[in-house]
Amino acid sequence: MTNEVKVKDSIDASTVEGVRSLEADKYKYGFDSDIEQEFAPKGLNEDIVRFISAKKEEPEWLLEWRLEAYRRWLTLEEPTWAMVDYPEIDFQDMYYYASPVKKEGPKSLDEVDPEILEIYNKLGISLKEQEVLAGVEGAPKVAVDAVFDSVSVVTTFKDELAKHGVIFCSFSEAVKDHPELVRKYMGSVVPVTDNYYATLNNAVFSDGSFVYIPPGVRCPMELSTYFRMNAQGTGQFERTLIIADKGSYVSYLEGCTAPMRDENQLHAAIVEIIVHDDAEVKYSTVQNWWPGDSEGNGGVYNFVTKRADCRGKNSKVSWTQVETGSAVTWKYPSCILRGDDSQGEFYSIAITNGHQQADTGTKMIHLGKNTKSRVISKGISAGKSNSTYRGLVSAHRKATGARNFTQCDSLLIGNDCGAHTVPYIESDTPTAQFEHEATTSKLSDDQLFYCRQRGLSEEDAVALLVNGFCREVLQELPMEFAVEAQKLVAISLEGSVG
Amino acid sequence: MLKINNLHAVVGEAQSQILNGISLEVPAGEVHAIMGPNGSGKSTLSYVLTGRDGYEVTEGTVELGGENLLEMEAEERAAKGLFLSFQYPLEIPGVPTMTFLKTALNAQRKARGEEEMGAPEFLKKARALAKELKIKPEMLKRPLNVGFSGGEKKRMEIFQMMMLEPSFIVMDETDSGLDVDALRIVADGVNSLRSPDRGFLIITHYQRLLDYIVPDQVHVLSAGKIAASGDADLAKTLEKEGYDKYAA
Ligand SMILES: Nc1ncnc2c1ncn2[C@@H]1O[C@H](COP(=O)(O)OP(=O)(O)OP(=O)(O)O)[C@@H](O)[C@H]1O
Ligand SMILES: [Mg+2]
Repeated sequence: MTNEVKVKDSIDASTVEGVRSLEADKYKYGFDSDIEQEFAPKGLNEDIVRFISAKKEEPEWLLEWRLEAYRRWLTLEEPTWAMVDYPEIDFQDMYYYASPVKKEGPKSLDEVDPEILEIYNKLGISLKEQEVLAGVEGAPKVAVDAVFDSVSVVTTFKDELAKHGVIFCSFSEAVKDHPELVRKYMGSVVPVTDNYYATLNNAVFSDGSFVYIPPGVRCPMELSTYFRMNAQGTGQFERTLIIADKGSYVSYLEGCTAPMRDENQLHAAIVEIIVHDDAEVKYSTVQNWWPGDSEGNGGVYNFVTKRADCRGKNSKVSWTQVETGSAVTWKYPSCILRGDDSQGEFYSIAITNGHQQADTGTKMIHLGKNTKSRVISKGISAGKSNSTYRGLVSAHRKATGARNFTQCDSLLIGNDCGAHTVPYIESDTPTAQFEHEATTSKLSDDQLFYCRQRGLSEEDAVALLVNGFCREVLQELPMEFAVEAQKLVAISLEGSVG
Repeated sequence: MLKINNLHAVVGEAQSQILNGISLEVPAGEVHAIMGPNGSGKSTLSYVLTGRDGYEVTEGTVELGGENLLEMEAEERAAKGLFLSFQYPLEIPGVPTMTFLKTALNAQRKARGEEEMGAPEFLKKARALAKELKIKPEMLKRPLNVGFSGGEKKRMEIFQMMMLEPSFIVMDETDSGLDVDALRIVADGVNSLRSPDRGFLIITHYQRLLDYIVPDQVHVLSAGKIAASGDADLAKTLEKEGYDKYAA
């Protein structure tokens, strides 16, 4: 109880402080300081950061956290080394808390781009769900309705989790209800100043998911962001924190195969995973951001920092991702293999088509003894797209017996696309064994004809061949996700041949 | 059922003229063999018939069951019942044989407006057939043709053929690379499919296969033209005398 009061006090304090500072800048920014207001003006400064924190009724420590991050961010340079090319982002020309001018959503599905509707149909999405995904005005706002059409599903699901002591809630709820866990673990894997986008996230993050699995508990179901209430509005600076306590297990699914309408171009999320002794976390992502128009305009820039810390002995984490969609992807889910005998895995499918660009890969940092890592990356490039695998494997002096196997395959469809592999290998111990294999192949006309002779259309043939190429990774996905991912692979490559 | 008339075709970037006016008719229910020296255009004919990109018909017509074959895409021809057993079957990494075949079968059925075959029926049929062709069930789970031996690949072509039940079959040197037992298994498979409404065009270099599958007619292809046609005995003569007589 006392704790709660304190939190309340600090909210008040920060609110007062926030309002005061806003007043001071009123003229300068022409910005009404009314705390009831639903939005902040464009641009980023300390007042905006305070405003966000106040709106979210955050405790003082979190406001300080954000401000410190903001001040550090100002001193950082935007990275330019990723092999992607995009128009300069004007950080002062963006909204960081809601947006005053909501772009008008379509009035009905009739007003939605027929190509997008076609994709929905191919994915077998019901009309009602289509309305939600396409942002039709008046459609339900809670993603869970969209997918399961029933709040009771969620309730039963929450009861079941509670029975096992699993905490699965929004990040904001966790800040309020489990501050000790949040404070203990937040920023312990991705430091505030880790990189440009991560630092920005620390200053302005909106919301996200929080998961805690108690010792010895095997989470009774796959946790999916589909299920989470209030999934809507977590927006562009999402924050996820997953803690697997000793001997626990959880499989977490992120994302959605349907292209989500999104008004925000820049996405800079942070995902932190902490794995204690003998625990295991499987994190699967299927990401299909709104692709923008056929010229690539309006697509999402996805700059996300995902990292797992295998803190405990014999802990294990595996990242599986299927990436299609965004205009620009910059993403390196990483594993810090700190505990002795810990294991990290990274399975990735990255598909680029049209004008898309992806620079993705992983970092496996071996710190503990006999740590093992395995990387299987499948890059598929079509159209005029470019995809780069960038992987770092490093072994610390104490990581005796560290082992890594990396297999990196690229498939090119057509003559105008590119695939690049950039491996970085560092080892400070002579006992580490690192293996790297890389192949690049072209989708062969012979194979295509063979499939067509057996009755497959050209598009079905491409889908079949590409799914075959990705099989090792698809197999790592949970069943339902894998089926959806296969459809997604097919859809992303439509129009890539012929 | 298959009517080829004065077929001319060019191949590749260089537009090399390979087929120089082939005329050939295979009535329903008949098996015709095509023999001929290396490079005479046998495989080219099979690709032109099945609609491979890069093989351009410059003159002539081809009809299957009264329909203009040349206007159709490769997959439409397949759905019409045209099947090619490839001289060099392709490897399809990551796609289990069963998945491949089920996808193909149902794509064809869908194109014909038929109902898709469900998994249980498909499995039952595949298992029975695999047994008949002495194909190990594990093999059907492996990615199609990947790491299969030459003979295994050929046997798998016949397996596919029998699963798909096409109405017109072109076999391009399916007998090459088969051991004696496999040859008999393949021939038995083909013979079991012989029926009054099905036609075969069998490309081969060896009389041996024709001992098992007795053709109604034998044609000699030389320099992209039919140089001679005759009954099953022609194959025996060719085996003895070679193709010198027909050299262009
Ligand atoms: N893409 C191409 N471009 C140019 N010439 C080609 C091309 N493909 C095939 N040819 C030529 O066409 C001719 C006929 O080839 P084809 O494969 O049809 O012969 P074949 O009768 O099947 O021979 P074999 O008995 O050796 O299988 C050959 O001279 C070959 O080199
Ligand atoms: Mg040939």
